Amino acid sequence: MLRFLVKRILSAVLTLFAVTVLTFLMFFALPRDPVTGMCPKNCNPERLERVRQELGLRDPLVSQYAGYMKGIVTGRDLGSAQGGRCDAPCLGWSYVNNEAVTDTMARVLPVTLSIVIPAAILWLLLGVGLGMLSALRRGTWLDRVAIGFSLAGASMQLYFVGAVLLLVFVYTLRWLPVPGYTSLFDDPVRWASGLVLAWVSLAFLFSAIYARLFRAQMLETLSEDFVRTARAKGLTRTRVYGRHALRAAITPVVTVAGLDVGAALGGTVITETTFGIRGLGRTAVDAVRAGDLPTIMATVLIAAVFVVLANVLVDLLYAAIDPRVRLG
Amino acid sequence: MDPYLRVDDLRVSFSTTDGVVRAVDGVSFSVERGRTLGVVGESGSGKSVTSLAVLGLHDPRRATVTGEITLGGRQLVGRTEAELRRLRGQDMAMIFQDPLSALHPYYPVGRQVAEAYRVHHPRAGRAETRRRVVEMLDRVGIPQPERRYDQYPHEFSGGMRQRAMIAMALVNDPDLLIADEPTTALDVTVQAQILDLLADLQAEFGTAIVLITHDLGVVSQVADEVLVMYAGRAVEQGSVERVLRRPQHPYTWGLLSSVPSLHGDADADLNPIPGNPPSLIDVPAGCAFHPRCRYVGHTGGRCRTELPELRPAGTAGHRLACHLSGEERSRCYAEDVARVGVAQ
Repeated sequence: MLRFLVKRILSAVLTLFAVTVLTFLMFFALPRDPVTGMCPKNCNPERLERVRQELGLRDPLVSQYAGYMKGIVTGRDLGSAQGGRCDAPCLGWSYVNNEAVTDTMARVLPVTLSIVIPAAILWLLLGVGLGMLSALRRGTWLDRVAIGFSLAGASMQLYFVGAVLLLVFVYTLRWLPVPGYTSLFDDPVRWASGLVLAWVSLAFLFSAIYARLFRAQMLETLSEDFVRTARAKGLTRTRVYGRHALRAAITPVVTVAGLDVGAALGGTVITETTFGIRGLGRTAVDAVRAGDLPTIMATVLIAAVFVVLANVLVDLLYAAIDPRVRLG
Repeated sequence: MDPYLRVDDLRVSFSTTDGVVRAVDGVSFSVERGRTLGVVGESGSGKSVTSLAVLGLHDPRRATVTGEITLGGRQLVGRTEAELRRLRGQDMAMIFQDPLSALHPYYPVGRQVAEAYRVHHPRAGRAETRRRVVEMLDRVGIPQPERRYDQYPHEFSGGMRQRAMIAMALVNDPDLLIADEPTTALDVTVQAQILDLLADLQAEFGTAIVLITHDLGVVSQVADEVLVMYAGRAVEQGSVERVLRRPQHPYTWGLLSSVPSLHGDADADLNPIPGNPPSLIDVPAGCAFHPRCRYVGHTGGRCRTELPELRPAGTAGHRLACHLSGEERSRCYAEDVARVGVAQ
């Protein structure tokens, strides 16, 4: 088990290293001069040249990369125009926002986490619950309602569902405040009431896929010999389905959930836009529009970290669920 | 002595989109404590469906079960799921063909056996359960049971897995054990060990055993009575001595002569029964075996139109469903033996 763990974490670190190299190369492979984007107007050639010097764009690529990585690990000194000393993890300076990128990220990251994590918990519970219900009641009206619900979810777009929810709960019934982000630690009630519509719409769309996936997997598992054994032992249905079958059927859900949650943490642009909340997603889109390369670089990096982390987590969960995986 | 399990005119059918499948069509048998009934037949003859019906494991939404199943004086057909559940694993238990797929791959073997014990002994504590399970693992011949308790099925060999299944089935000391092809997935040497183990445990606990198999060698080794099934019906039943030494039904002859002989020529061709078992949706009219029967011509067409009843044949207890008269059967059997040489 320990060997498995070490192996898995080492490979995650290697993946992240590869991601930083690639992102960095892309940063420089972009067709536009990074500097013109940072200084959209009133820039004479001398000033542009000074910015290039400050950014170290005249240095060899390798030393630029080394500098960037050093900034993340130990912090580094940027020029006075870039806020001077930049503590670890230093992600550079954004001329567009006139702010250290690390500060921007520290502001928008909790927003994205607050949207995605509760939504993911909700969509997993809903998806697995509905899938279980319709597998066990296959062919009944309950199954058809659950499948219809999931078909509706899979066919709808978030901005539509979100707009309907806003119209009903915020503007007509006035049960909820206009969505927005408040820190969980400042005011948990406002945190939840400001985000609950985003959670519900994400959960509605995502749980659809999970319900179908889990239903199919559960039906397959129910025909397994070990389920018959469990029933032949005289176990209650609850125990046969809730333990023996559930544990065997949950693995594909874990895989897909890992991918989805990892990707969603990299930014939920549509959700953020629909509910007017600024998280990682909108920050990334705005940075691309403005050609704000240090911010783009940071959002790509953070998204990659989440995807890699989610994958490690999936592997660990796999090992926890299936003892045969631990051998590998 | 009253038989512990008595099955009377059992019928199991499934409605499918292609039609009604009559998987078991009027089968009766009984087993006493300490005795073994061998149920033989090809795949699809209704052996496993019968055993699942005894345990009440068919989905009532899809299968229709009628007839009578009496277990220790209690009628089982029509009981609620909750009532049947309390009997399963406690009074009647089952072991399956492939112990690897029949054990849950994600739980340690000992815990799976423990679960079978605790569900019927809800007041048993952890330590007591563990003690009981280890004792049972030891009893079925699993070495180092304390250590094996916490291992997973994939860490067991095939024979050890089947031993663990047997431990799981017998942990509550049931009076009836149904073994559905318990040795089919195992090596021949391991097969013999498992059969010996079952015989030992039966002698010790007085369990009634229903042994489902397509292997007549296994039947002759361990069974007291035999039930030969074809297309969901009993075609011949009686004591092992009678049915295997003096088989009366052409289908039983076919089963016997298709067993490869150890003593004969190793290069000799096998003697399979020609054709395939019939579809259970569209069972042939008359005797279901007639399309594959060599002697169908001897009855002037009756085999094709009239379903043969299961009737006493000669000695007490030997029953047979065949239109051939006793005389014709003797002649045909002699012919059959001369043709292939029966492996006995």
